Formats: sequence, structure tokens, C-alpha cells
Amino acid sequence: MASLETFARILATLAQGAWVALQVAAGAFVLAATLGLVLAVCATFGRSRWLRWAIAAYVEWMRNVPALAHLFLLYFGLASLGLRLSPLFAAVVGLGLVGATVLCDLFAAALKSLHVGQREAALSVGLTPLRTLRHVLLPQALRVSLPSLGNYVSQLVKDTSIASAIAAPEVMFFARNLVTSTFETTLIYLVAMLLYAAMILPIGWAFARTERRLEAHR
Amino acid sequence: MNQPLLTVEALRKRYGAVEVLKGISFDLAPGETLSLIGPSGSGKSTCLRCLNYLERPTGGTILLGSERIGQLPVKGGGFRLMNDRELAPQRIEIGMVFQGFYLWPHLSVRDNVALGPIRAAGMPRAEAHELAEEMLDKVHLRHKADEYPERLSGGQQQRVAIARALAQRPKLILFDEPTSALDPELVGEVLGVIRELAQEGRSMILVTHEIRFARDVADRVIFMDGGHIVEQGTPADVIDRPQVERTRNFLGQVAGAPAVVR
Repeated sequence: MASLETFARILATLAQGAWVALQVAAGAFVLAATLGLVLAVCATFGRSRWLRWAIAAYVEWMRNVPALAHLFLLYFGLASLGLRLSPLFAAVVGLGLVGATVLCDLFAAALKSLHVGQREAALSVGLTPLRTLRHVLLPQALRVSLPSLGNYVSQLVKDTSIASAIAAPEVMFFARNLVTSTFETTLIYLVAMLLYAAMILPIGWAFARTERRLEAHR
Repeated sequence: MNQPLLTVEALRKRYGAVEVLKGISFDLAPGETLSLIGPSGSGKSTCLRCLNYLERPTGGTILLGSERIGQLPVKGGGFRLMNDRELAPQRIEIGMVFQGFYLWPHLSVRDNVALGPIRAAGMPRAEAHELAEEMLDKVHLRHKADEYPERLSGGQQQRVAIARALAQRPKLILFDEPTSALDPELVGEVLGVIRELAQEGRSMILVTHEIRFARDVADRVIFMDGGHIVEQGTPADVIDRPQVERTRNFLGQVAGAPAVVR
């Protein structure tokens, strides 16, 4: 039976990994949201057919290749070409680039769901296209995409676990190391699961709360 | 006659093989209310939407005062179409009220009216809010400033949309079938506000199916059909004594139109 001391050690080590996982998720989210927003806007309002095609191709590619393959390419592939990324950096970039396509789809769908009159009304009061986007279209589009955005963030935190495959020191990476040194296999993985739940549940609550808040004042 | 506020010349609009506007020319004197009437598909809404370049015309010119709308001279002669960014300052001068209101649902009524002044005209926030209240007063909705559009009736929403257009301090206001999406019992309040604006001497162009209203408030009426201006003149001439067969037929079909006097 595991002693309390072993349990404390497991928890402390895995919590360290959880902190790293949250950092990776946050970094990937910022990259995914920024790039996804830019891509969605270009795909929706861009006048260049070539650009829209390029974005569609990028999204389609990312959708049909597992994230793990991207992480391997960024970490091992680039290293073999002489460019050595840190595991954390590779994880952030890899998950961020995959996430950008998810969010691009999401934001583009939300933008398209708005009535063209919303944009025309903004242009007709004399707003520039950029300000129309900033003050009229994006606030509405973000509201529409909030529930799916919540799902995405939850999924993203779970997906940080695949970064263990490139030795990023997150929860599952530490868990496997601990298993080989303590053999408390069941306990270790149960604690890991609890830690993920403890990270992700509050995210869901926060999104649900924000949605209710936005509903309330309308 | 003094210098027209708006001069439209040989305006054309083509979608692929279909030409919806086949050379429309008219002008508008300052303070004048002009009504565009005609059957669906006659091109009257397209014509109106071309005036602030929400639709890009395929030919012709639009002058607001002496300012050419939507086109910039290019080196070596000729003109090119402006993009939406270049059009923004010109659009401030032309207010527009849509059939579907298109208030912004994420903003309060006050912010709906103040957004243009703040973000397009660069007015300080406090001043813009004051202006918004003033304009809401004109449409008798000052007490709704803190509400969100969703909580308002269609008639109230359209009046807020009118206040939003007024807050641009436009030289010209375009109304695109402003009562067509309203329940019949809400039409009156919107027409009432438009009538007050006409009496204030605002320059307005009104596309409408409300023939009786057009006759009451318009200084001049243009009847369009098939992308052409068929007939224009005072309401008494066009609506009460139409000269052209097509005008007579149209007016005869419109419910609520007065009996045609020959």
C-alpha cells in the first residue's frame, strides 16, 4: 500500500506537471485565438481568392493530420535539420497551429451567421471596415462562438497530454516517470486524472458563467 | 433654382447579365423630400443603396453638393471606385435607415446611436452620449436609452435606427422601405417620425410602398419601373394624375392608393 508520503510525492510532482500543462495550454490558446481570428477574418472578408484558398487548404490539412504528428515534426523533424526547439515551445507552437484551424472554422462560422445588415449598418454610419469588425462584428461573433470556445479550451488542456511524447514536463510525462520509479501505477494515473478534472471543470464553469452574464443583459 | 444637394447622373447597375438600373438621373434640392415608388424589382432599392455605395454602381456619377461620391480621380484621367475605408468619411454625410433596422444587438440603445459619432466622427464619449439622448428625444425614445434593442418593438427599433442615422448629422438621409418589416399597427409611429423630419426641412429620399404617405410628405415623387424612371413630379402630378400607362397600372394595383383621376 502506498504511504501518505508517497501520495504527497506523487501529488507534488504531478501538480508541477499540471502547472506546465496550463502554461502550454495558455500559450497555445493565445496563438490559436490570434491566428484563428486573423484567418477567419481573411477567409470571410478577404478579397483575394488565392488567400481564401490557401486558408482552406491549411485548415483542411491540419484537420486531417493528428496533432501528435505535428509535434513530432516540430520537435524531432526540425532537430534533425539542425533547429532544436525546446519541448515546451514545440508543444505551444504545435497545439497552437492546430488550434488556429479549429478556431478559424469556429470564428468564420460565427461571422457568417451574422446578418449582412449588421455590417452594412456599420459601414453606413461611416465606420471603416476595420472598426466595423472591431466594434460591431467581432463582439457578436465571439458571443455566438462562446460555447464552442469553451469546449475547445477544455479539449486543449486535455491535448497538452500528448506533449509528454516529446518530453514536455507535463502531467503525463511525470506520471510515467513516477510509475517506473515507484510502481504505484493505479494511484499515479488516478491522481493524474483528478488533476486534469480539477483544471478543466473550472474552465467549463467560467465559460457557462460568462454566457449567462451576457444573456442576462439582453 | 439653387444648387442641388444631390445630383445623380446616368446611374447604372448591372449584376452579370441583368441590368437593374438603366441610367437613372435626378437631383434633390436641399431640404427636399423625395419619394421613390414602383413595383418590386423596379430598381428603387438598388438605386438608393447605390447612393452611399453599399452597392457599387457600374456606371454614372453621384454628387453630394460638389463632392463626387465613391470615386477618386486617377492620374491620366478617369476615376476609380473607392474602397470601404475611403468611403467611410463620405458615408457619415449620408444617413441610412434599413427595412430590417439592423440595430446592433450587443449594444444598448444609447450606444447604438453613439457608436458612429464616437468611432466614425471621433467625438468624445460624453458629448456623443449627449447627442445620442438628443436624437433619441427626436424619435420620442429617450426613456429607452439604457435598454437593449431586443427588448424593443419593431417600431421602436426602427425609430432608434432613425436616431442613429440622425446622430451622423448627415446632409441626406436615405430610407429603404422603413415600414415594410413592421406589423401594421406599428407603421404609424415610424411614419410619424419621418413626417416630423420632413417638416423640419431635412433632405431625404424615401423608398416606400406607402403610396398615401409618399403623397403626404414628399415634395417630389419618382415612379420607377424596369430600371428606368418612368415619371417624376409633384405627388399631385405623379400619384393623382399619372400621365403614363405603367404608372396608372401600378397605382391601380397598390392597395390603399387613391382612385386614379384621369
